[in-house]
Amino acid sequence: MKTASLSIKGLLAVAALALATPAVSQETTAITGGRVLTGTSVIENGTVVIRGGRIVSVGTGAAPAGARVIDATGRVVAPGFVAVDSGLGGSEVSSVRGSDDLSNASNTLSAAFDVSWGLDPWSMTLPVARLGGVTRAIVVPNHPGSSGGHAHEQEDMAGAGDGGYHTPGLFAGQASIIHLGPDTRNGGTEIVVQSRVAMVAPFGEAGANVAGGARGAEFVLFRETMAEVRLYARNRSAYDRAGLRDLSLSRADLEALVPVAEGRMPLIVTVHRASDILQVLRLAREEGIKVILDGAEEGWLVADQIAAANVPVLLNPITNLPGNFERRAARMQNAAALETAGVLIAIKGNEGSVHRARETRYNAGNAVSHGLSYPAAIAAITVNPARIFGMEGRFGGLVAGAEADVVVWSGDPLEPLSQPVAIFIQGREQPLTSRPLLLRDRYRDGGEGAMPPAYSR
Amino acid sequence: MTTDLSPGSGLRILACAMALAVSACATGAADSEGSETAPARQARALPTGMDAATNLDPYPSTYRGLPRENMAIVGGTVFTGAGQRIENGTVVVTDGKVAAVGDASTPIPSGYRVVNAQGRFVTPGIIDVHSHLGAGPSPGVQGNSDVNEPTNPNTAQVWVEHSVWPQDPGFNAARAGGVTTLHILPGSANLFGGRGVTLRNVPSVTMQGMKFPGAPYTIKMACGENPSRVYGGRNSSPATGMGNMAGYRAGFIAARDYKDKWDRWRETGEGTPPTRNLQNDTLAGVLDGSILVQNHCYRADEMALMIDMSREFGYRITTFHHATEAYKLAPTLAREGICAAMWTGWWGFKMESLDGIEENVALVDAAQGSCAVVHSDDAELIQRLNQEAAAALSAGRRAGLDISEEHAISWITLNAAKAIGIEDQTGSLEVGKRADVVIWSANPFSVYARADQVFIDGGLAFDRFDPAYQPLSDFELGQPGYGQDAAATRQGAR
Repeated sequence: MKTASLSIKGLLAVAALALATPAVSQETTAITGGRVLTGTSVIENGTVVIRGGRIVSVGTGAAPAGARVIDATGRVVAPGFVAVDSGLGGSEVSSVRGSDDLSNASNTLSAAFDVSWGLDPWSMTLPVARLGGVTRAIVVPNHPGSSGGHAHEQEDMAGAGDGGYHTPGLFAGQASIIHLGPDTRNGGTEIVVQSRVAMVAPFGEAGANVAGGARGAEFVLFRETMAEVRLYARNRSAYDRAGLRDLSLSRADLEALVPVAEGRMPLIVTVHRASDILQVLRLAREEGIKVILDGAEEGWLVADQIAAANVPVLLNPITNLPGNFERRAARMQNAAALETAGVLIAIKGNEGSVHRARETRYNAGNAVSHGLSYPAAIAAITVNPARIFGMEGRFGGLVAGAEADVVVWSGDPLEPLSQPVAIFIQGREQPLTSRPLLLRDRYRDGGEGAMPPAYSR
Repeated sequence: MTTDLSPGSGLRILACAMALAVSACATGAADSEGSETAPARQARALPTGMDAATNLDPYPSTYRGLPRENMAIVGGTVFTGAGQRIENGTVVVTDGKVAAVGDASTPIPSGYRVVNAQGRFVTPGIIDVHSHLGAGPSPGVQGNSDVNEPTNPNTAQVWVEHSVWPQDPGFNAARAGGVTTLHILPGSANLFGGRGVTLRNVPSVTMQGMKFPGAPYTIKMACGENPSRVYGGRNSSPATGMGNMAGYRAGFIAARDYKDKWDRWRETGEGTPPTRNLQNDTLAGVLDGSILVQNHCYRADEMALMIDMSREFGYRITTFHHATEAYKLAPTLAREGICAAMWTGWWGFKMESLDGIEENVALVDAAQGSCAVVHSDDAELIQRLNQEAAAALSAGRRAGLDISEEHAISWITLNAAKAIGIEDQTGSLEVGKRADVVIWSANPFSVYARADQVFIDGGLAFDRFDPAYQPLSDFELGQPGYGQDAAATRQGAR
């Protein structure tokens, strides 16, 4: 597992260098005087220097001569936050199926589904999240166990049943990493940083339902699938000449699962119940696959086992009610307990981190008020997600050489009363605007002027 | 339940006083109240249960309150909920009521327990005007799905109090977030969803044990996508916005006719009264003003239609809920005296929520005479209404509005009380009101603030540091994690 982890990181680093970097300003910018949260430490009265889209230095020195200086005295300078388990850029209005490219119900494609093709740099969700300090996201395909959707509104789908929302396969598809700094006005439109960074699969109740209604079916089916993938990988030429027995998945799915079966691509497993977590850890061990736990509301009951398996966890720390029989032990202290046990955690936003990705910072704050240390909370929305997805050093932390995702905050970024005052992504300063702010400005005077509001822009 | 009618009789007098038709008060001590023109003749008594007016409160509150002692909360920063901020303030509580609120010089009667709130903050209890706790409880499994009655566009006959499961663990979690009063509504599948009920957030074996004595009944009405989706999806009406409007109007026409027949029978005693109809009972209560309209309505244009319709049939809308676009007609809402209950962070989950903005609450609040409320509609958000209000305050300040914290707290206290008709009893720390008080570990507009102690009618209902005051529902006993401290902390129920 350790070796696999290093190799994927190396692979991604090479890929990162190979990516064409859009033209960026060679102007030097220095952010001075602020309380700098690097992601792993705090520098009082710090100086962050940016040039060519990257962070040149982070320290306490003076601004370089000729630099544009942003005085952050009395403010807080932080890395851009990384939204995990997110749907940013992949969905506009949750209930409008045609605007949602996060879920796939094809009969012949599950694991091979690649969300990166559907991600929209012009999505109105991106500027909204950015104003919450989010500059990167791990965009994951949706599945029946995902955290998306407005629960109450789904209850109103009386009589609709669940069937229509289920994907047919064990796998939801493959996740992508995006940045939230597309300069769509100046021709820069690429938001995908890295596609196919992880495979996603629901376990627990949702996975059981996909497999036929019981956990015992899903685990068996999963192992059988891994066996078929390995069989396929060893016998591609036989498969091509139809000399291999029928396999249950399409060729595209089999191909997509090869890196999972070989432990090169992490599998994000959505799982909630403590007993299911233990079974997933066992499955990962026995199958030699690399997993990331997602959800893990009962994780605190088995924190030591998760830590011993060296498996990271993506969690929402405010999920504290027994919403179903998989979450009876849900507690606000889950994040703190996992951190104490030595588990690498990343904190999620709400409802699939699409429209409410901006609440990621409040969730981190609530974890602090329930026992998580402040540095751990900051790490859980910056460097930890970068580490979990093999991107440490590239983004998620204020460190020399990293891409310059930097946010200057009016105060503690975890506090609702704080707001961003400057946002840089890949060194480019972002406008502090969004569609909701345009609406605000149109109606801020009550909308009762002589001309209808439609005449204001 | 008990035959002791003392809480119920109080409500009946209140309802009679509010009723437009004096003859609605048909029996008992209320007969002569406020009656200038006596009925021509006394209507003859109907069989038990056949005349709604003889018993307006058939499922009466048995709420008794938790054990309490006289006390003074001293040294904290007090937000009264009515606009004042008092540093080093004193709140004196006598017999479960607020007896005095003032600065450090406020006299404390001898023998009172003194609660030191130095370095902490004191607010009225938080009120959520839109909750489904108990009706859509945790665990949210099919057997517990009691929030929607999606069987007809008009289910004004159902009362959500008959769906409330008091063992919902969400009540305890909400209390740990400072919530002392909740207004439970049925869901939004229907044009007329049914009656809402206001509860005190105390643990109880029965709904009646939580029922807020004397709180007015409410009705849930729902505009927009939900009713037309649910019924249109079955190829029945309503399938559109215009179908929604036709359905409401038909409901009020039937209710007007029903009410008129009852009124005529009560005045003349002639003929036969209509057979009691629970659906029309509720809508007649809307028409006579005794039942307050709680109207789920996201879009500005739809709110304007609902206001016109209220004039067409002669009733008042008390509060628009979810009011995502309230900011587009904030001055109108203020002029009409209608409260808007809103989220800060929720938007984009369906078309009618598309234009949700974080500034909604602050822009509504800015209009003269407004009533801006922050609500939850959610078992998790209800635990952090103070943070939702903080995000609204932050967005308002970002927009350049000068809003103080002592004012913003009213969005989840006094304005919320107004929105459900209980502002004479709670919602602010003012003399004579119920002593519903939260002591916060820090400024409640901070993400780090926790409710340390929560008092309901002066009784300690929750203490973050004392497991004896961290109630667990029956459902929570013996479940995974039961009795285990997470992260070596015993701070709070969940």
